Amino acid sequence: MAPVVDTLRLTAEQAAALLERREISPAELREAYFEAIAERDGELHCYLRTTETAEGDGVPIALKDVISTKGVETTAGSRILAGYVPVFDATVAARVKAAGLSLLGKTNTDEFAMGSSTENSAYGPSRNPWDPTRVPGGSGGGSAAAVTAGLAPWALGSDTGGSIKQPSALCGNVGLRPTYGSVSRYGVVAFASSLDQIGPVAKTVRDVALLYSIIAGRDPLDSTTAELPEPVRLPEDDSLAGLRIGVPTELNEAEGIEPGVRDAVRRTLELAEELGAEVGECSLPRSVRYGLPCYYLIAPAEASSNLARYDGIRYGARAEGSSYQEVVERTRDEGFGDEPKRRIMLGTYALSAGYYDAYYGQAQKVRTLIIEEHREALERFDLLACPTSPTVAFPLGERADDPLAMYAADLLTIPSCLAGLPGLSIPCGLSDGLPVGLQLIGPQFGENTLFRAGHALEQALGFDTVPERWR
Amino acid sequence: MPISRDDVLHVARLARLALTEDEVERLTHELADIVEAVGIVAELDLEGVPPTSHPRGLVNVMDDDEPRPPLPLEDVLANAPDHEGNLFRVPAWRQ
Repeated sequence: MAPVVDTLRLTAEQAAALLERREISPAELREAYFEAIAERDGELHCYLRTTETAEGDGVPIALKDVISTKGVETTAGSRILAGYVPVFDATVAARVKAAGLSLLGKTNTDEFAMGSSTENSAYGPSRNPWDPTRVPGGSGGGSAAAVTAGLAPWALGSDTGGSIKQPSALCGNVGLRPTYGSVSRYGVVAFASSLDQIGPVAKTVRDVALLYSIIAGRDPLDSTTAELPEPVRLPEDDSLAGLRIGVPTELNEAEGIEPGVRDAVRRTLELAEELGAEVGECSLPRSVRYGLPCYYLIAPAEASSNLARYDGIRYGARAEGSSYQEVVERTRDEGFGDEPKRRIMLGTYALSAGYYDAYYGQAQKVRTLIIEEHREALERFDLLACPTSPTVAFPLGERADDPLAMYAADLLTIPSCLAGLPGLSIPCGLSDGLPVGLQLIGPQFGENTLFRAGHALEQALGFDTVPERWR
Repeated sequence: MPISRDDVLHVARLARLALTEDEVERLTHELADIVEAVGIVAELDLEGVPPTSHPRGLVNVMDDDEPRPPLPLEDVLANAPDHEGNLFRVPAWRQ
């Protein structure tokens, strides 16, 4: 029997309408996704595990494997958490379940969400649906590739320096990194706590806005969260009249931005003007040169502290040893892969006596400058725009042995993450047959403006999210 | 500033990582490259600039002190590699 729906094209909103009109049953809808998974996930490896039975009779969803799911193994892509089965749900998992969404499975991620390609996953990389010889981006490459390949209508990711936005750009779909503090991290495997945020990935801006409305808001279990100052508005308007879009020179002319990426973004900004937006240049003088260095001091420092808890004593894998110290040190050496070790070492170094002020302390001050220059730019403009990723999806293996080249993949997503600002990536064209992402950055809690602009551009662009090889 | 093999061994001890000989060798080079790249933050004169530890500037978020039921003991121990009764079992502190 042919599948009842084409999951490659079905949006979450359309799926909800089919369920509402009883044109499809929840079980048939899930079955359609499992058929797609059986057909395409052997090649793509988006899922670390699927959940054949799950509560909920609403639209199905996939969750990145850093999000704790009660009774379902959660590894964060690491061997050190192999076999770890959470005894509670993360708040975001509980919220999607309370909204009736049913879990399809847990998606692949770079180990502890550290990476830009999923090649750091201890369970093998995911592949890009547009070209399986290329990476899907990372760390949330599993969630992003699953949405593009029709293996889930929507998914949740986590973003510390670009792990939602960059994979969405490379896979040709829509990803939101929300305002720091708008979504609870309770029950999410922590990487760098002053940066980590949870956010949605979907095929359309409206789906992203809908999923954001389900997960956002104050959670007493995460003291950094706040109630949203205004309710989420599902975007409808096709006009950008009155909207001021700032184009930061440094983020649009940075070394390493591919010509095809630059052209697609420039054409989209011209389109924004045709839709009524006022587009003007602005400057974030220190964000590109110092953003990446600042991030690669702060994030590893916080990671070295957050990852201190993995000792093989209370949960997770444990190595053999004749003393407590030996068990802990060997568990950590055998359990962590190369990238977490590199960051633990870098972070521990940056925090150690004699170096703290020169590295971590200095980076915290640079962060203040980056926040201030974003604030100034956002006083003149409603949104800022630039490419999400300097390049389209790169070949597997190309950067795997060069940490600094891999870190540079997040050059353009990192500055606004340091500033705690929301960012939306939407597909805005192709370069060499691969998707290009446009990044829109708003003020704190400016998600509704991002949704409005993203939706209007999406309608005008008419980007086809289905990879050419499957049309 | 170059990173020496002794620096790597010292930091590995602080981080509770029993690195292999190959890892010590590789990390000595990699950390030196990364520290050189991120060290450009030192170029900026940041006298008088306050540090940011949190992008929304929250301080002391207080909640009411209300007791809630704790995790049941069997859940606490469910993922333990080794336990006895209500305790995590580990080898002796030092042999």
